[in-house]
This record gives sequence, C-alpha cells and structure tokens, in this order.
Amino acid sequence: MPSTFETVANIIAETCDIPRDTIKPESHAIDDLGIDSLDFLDIAFAIDKAFGIKLPLEQWTQEVNDGKATTEQYFVLQNLCARIDDLVAAKGK
Amino acid sequence: MRIEYFQLIDRITDLNLHDLTIRAEANVPATSTIFEGHFPGRPLMPGVLLIETMAQASGWLLIARMRFAKMPFLAAVKEAKLRTFVTPGQALTVTAKITHEGSGFALTEAKIEADGKAVCDADITFRVVDFPQGDFLASMRDVATRIALPMEAPSHG
Repeated sequence: MPSTFETVANIIAETCDIPRDTIKPESHAIDDLGIDSLDFLDIAFAIDKAFGIKLPLEQWTQEVNDGKATTEQYFVLQNLCARIDDLVAAKGK
Repeated sequence: MRIEYFQLIDRITDLNLHDLTIRAEANVPATSTIFEGHFPGRPLMPGVLLIETMAQASGWLLIARMRFAKMPFLAAVKEAKLRTFVTPGQALTVTAKITHEGSGFALTEAKIEADGKAVCDADITFRVVDFPQGDFLASMRDVATRIALPMEAPSHG
C-alpha cells in the first residue's frame, strides 16, 4: 500500500503535469511547485476521493488569512500528508 | 431564456436534494441579435452559451443544496462535448448532478437534450463562496422565484 506522500505526490504529478521526481516531502505546493488555487481544487478533489475525506480547505484558508496559521502548516507536502493522516484516523473513530 | 441578460434557465422542473439532481427548461429564443452575428444566414446557439446553460442549471442546484448560504462561481469546465447544433426556437432540457462536494468547491456533471437527443455534456467545477454583500442575494432570490426554484419545500429529499 503506497504511503500517504506517495499517493499525494502521484496525484499532484498527474493533475498538474509536474515531474514526479521534483515533488519532495519538503516541497511547498504553492511556493515550490507553483500550484495555483484552481489546480489545487483538482488536487483536493483527488485527495478527497483517494482517502475518503474532505480536506477542510475553507477552514485552512480562513486560518491563514486570519494569521492563525501559516501556509507551510498546510501546504508543505509532509505537513499536508500529516493532516490527511489525521483526517483519515478521525474518520475511523 | 433571457439570453441578453445571460439568464439562460427558464424554469426548474425538478429538484431532488436527495439524489442531488436538477432538471430545467431552457428555451432558445426565436430571435436575438446574437444570431445575427452567429452566424449570418445560419443562426446557431453559441457553444459557450450551451456550456453556460449547463453551468447555470448546476449553479441553481448548488444554491438550493446550500439553501442560499453560499454562491457557486464557475471555475472549470472539463470534458465538454458539443454534440449537435442548436438553432433558434429550440426547447432544451438541462439536467445536472452534484458529483462531489468539497470544502469551498463542488463538481457537477451536466447535460442538455433536445427532443430526447443529446446536445452537449460537461463536467463542471465551481468555487463555492459566501454570498457577496449587498443586493446580490436578494436579486438571486428574485431570479429563483421567476424560474420556480423550490426553495422552502423541495419536491424531493
């Protein structure tokens, strides 16, 4: 079974036509990979489907806009994957 | 169809909030300045307006689903296929189904038929945001009333 990062990286590579080997756990989806908000909707859709969750993008955006969180907390891929794991774990409870 | 006002849905004929589907009528006007240019001597409903018609039906479905709490805005159109010509005066049936509800976005599948034949179809993505301030919500409710969108007591679900 692929890791969360492998799944997410493959989704990003396929959705945004980004070479898979350039996508690292420490990559920032926006700043490093250049993914814009519209492409991120496609990624979010694919992640929602792949993991059976609903990424709380509105909440995250609000927190960033309010200065309560940084984009790194949600959009650096290893952090994004940790959030996904949390959401999957919460779903099983 | 109030084509000059870009209000392309005439009437909602079914809304099912359990199955997340909508059906609507959209009657192409017999005359419009649009047809004078598109095309002289061969009037055709522009394909982009057919896509917009599918987006508007999807949009009303999403608005009903969210009970006017949020407003969907067209963000992406995928797999759009325009299968046949549409001419002035044709009666169109538009259907749409919500296929995914994300956080701040939603996806639909929509299609148009005329006389039981497929006209076009597309997968459509919307950004879903809070209703803009001002008269926007009231004007959308007015349009919803005109096109008979069931707001308080949906026919299903």
